[in-house]
Amino acid sequence: MMNKKQKPMIQEMIFGNPSSRKAWFVFAALAVALLLLPFATEALLGRGWVRIVDFALLYIMLALGLNIVVGYAGLLDLGYIAFFAVGAYCYALLGSPQFGLHLPFWVVLPLGALLACAFGVLLGAPTLRLRGDYLAIVTLGFGEIIRIFLNNLNAPVNITNGPQGINMIDPIRIGGFSLSGTHELFGITFSPVHLYYYLFLCVTLLVIFVSLRLEDSRIGRAWMAIREDEVAASAMGINTRDIKLLAFAMGATFGGAAGGLFAGFQGFISPESFGLTESVMVVCMVVLGGMGNIGGVVLGGALLVLLPEALRNGAGPAQQALFGKTLIDPESLRMLMFGLALVLVMLWRPAGLWPSTQRRRELSPDAEVAHQEQESVYDAAK
Amino acid sequence: MTPQSDALLELSGIGKRFGGLAALSDVSLHIRRGEIYGLIGPNGAGKTTLFNIITGLYQPDEGGFTFGGAAYAHCKPHLLAHAGIARTFQNIRLFANMTALENVMVGRHVRTRTGIWGALTRNAAARAEERAIVQRARELLRQAGIDRPHQTLAKHLSYGEQRRLEIARALATEPKLLALDEPAAGMNATETESLKALLQTIRASGITVLLIEHDVKLILGLCDRVAVLDYGKKIAEGLPDDVRRNPAVIAAYLGGEAA
Repeated sequence: MMNKKQKPMIQEMIFGNPSSRKAWFVFAALAVALLLLPFATEALLGRGWVRIVDFALLYIMLALGLNIVVGYAGLLDLGYIAFFAVGAYCYALLGSPQFGLHLPFWVVLPLGALLACAFGVLLGAPTLRLRGDYLAIVTLGFGEIIRIFLNNLNAPVNITNGPQGINMIDPIRIGGFSLSGTHELFGITFSPVHLYYYLFLCVTLLVIFVSLRLEDSRIGRAWMAIREDEVAASAMGINTRDIKLLAFAMGATFGGAAGGLFAGFQGFISPESFGLTESVMVVCMVVLGGMGNIGGVVLGGALLVLLPEALRNGAGPAQQALFGKTLIDPESLRMLMFGLALVLVMLWRPAGLWPSTQRRRELSPDAEVAHQEQESVYDAAK
Repeated sequence: MTPQSDALLELSGIGKRFGGLAALSDVSLHIRRGEIYGLIGPNGAGKTTLFNIITGLYQPDEGGFTFGGAAYAHCKPHLLAHAGIARTFQNIRLFANMTALENVMVGRHVRTRTGIWGALTRNAAARAEERAIVQRARELLRQAGIDRPHQTLAKHLSYGEQRRLEIARALATEPKLLALDEPAAGMNATETESLKALLQTIRASGITVLLIEHDVKLILGLCDRVAVLDYGKKIAEGLPDDVRRNPAVIAAYLGGEAA
């Protein structure tokens, strides 16, 4: 109706039928940029950074999964990394010399996601009555239980190898094509970090697609209704038990899939990678980026992986340049700066760097201005 | 009276205790199809408790109720909504950070079926259902007199609009019985008038209305029958005019308020 002529929503830009030529241009530019990103990164910053970008994509997947639970359904989950661990260990146990099983990746990865989904329901079922801080504490405990199990399942029967972790995990192989080898395609040399980048990019785009479709659907509205007011939601006929379990299950499935990819990419996993810090980090990505907004969550995930690395690599040389010597160990300075950045962002942008339209309006003092910003999905659909 | 034949909601001997306090004791009511039934009483008489029982938020300690002939006590709220009881809340409970349109669309949840698969594939059935949801929601919002529903967050609506939006959201569930908990509370005279008109339209469309209200004028002008609760007991029931002259009712109000 009134605001129809505004810039198209990101959903439209990526998946819908972009009505304007501008949207097509943005879409094409974005696609080219994403395709060239690993090579540009390598040329400018070195191969190590391509690996970091790969990790950023993994964390973006995790953040998007958690966004379903925290951003849409409003259920604070501080043990989310447990699902990542379940997916990773499922992959590692079925695709490594640990048991001598070398099942193909297209069996193990879905299996890991499915197992994580089952664990999601397992966590969700006893916590249905809990909300807010109480739920946070229970999920925190759940995350620790999974980690401690993985740490101790090396006796009496050795399953997980305990704290030593699992080594020599099979790389991801599509047919006879191993992503861990260097390949020459179309005259371009692709090293493993490049190949994994494209795989992770595809999965991330799939996760974004699923999230966007769910967000704007009957199920997505039911999640948001529960987030806003659970009593009213149930009085409107929403089966809050099933819908909440669905949120846990969907979030966990994404986490499990990311875990499988992580195990194949890394070739080695140990319980250390699945601690509370990691869970907190993923929550930070969602909150700092902008809860409930896909773009914000992606931004949060990318920043929170890239920023610490940039600080790690930049802090030493910067001190050399400024003072002629290294005053503070870059490693400790890195976490200090990182913490400071988090505090500053939350002070200046309490709704996140790129909040969803609705949260932005919630914190905006002038509702009328906010009205102008809102571009209605339903108008576009009309 | 032969309530069995035309009763939509029939409560028998409902009792509810909170610790040592008997919020309701032995309350029996029957509400006929197509009527507007008023429930009045001083503050703390147990009206909202009764509402919470028939909408499944509380479980009764004693007694039970039938709705459309089937027993429904100890049922989950969403099943009662499915059976056809919709409600509003005394202290408005909208989905504050969703638009007015989305609020009403959530109300359609219980009468629609698109699941994960439909949401992901957006197949023909899912798209048709979504279109129907939006269309019905817009109709209800027009009926409730809310402008620009797709652009306004529920919490930015005016007070009267929020009350009407809650009614529109409840109507979206296609109820047989619409239960309104003090819908006119805090409204000015004009808003109350438009509410009254809205309720008459709703009744004309064949929906039975159960109304908790303090505004005696609204009750007298609108309700077919009225029951009075005091200290968790039913002290009177009947036509509005009869109830108004009932000495027990007068004593309950004057004694309670000392006005």
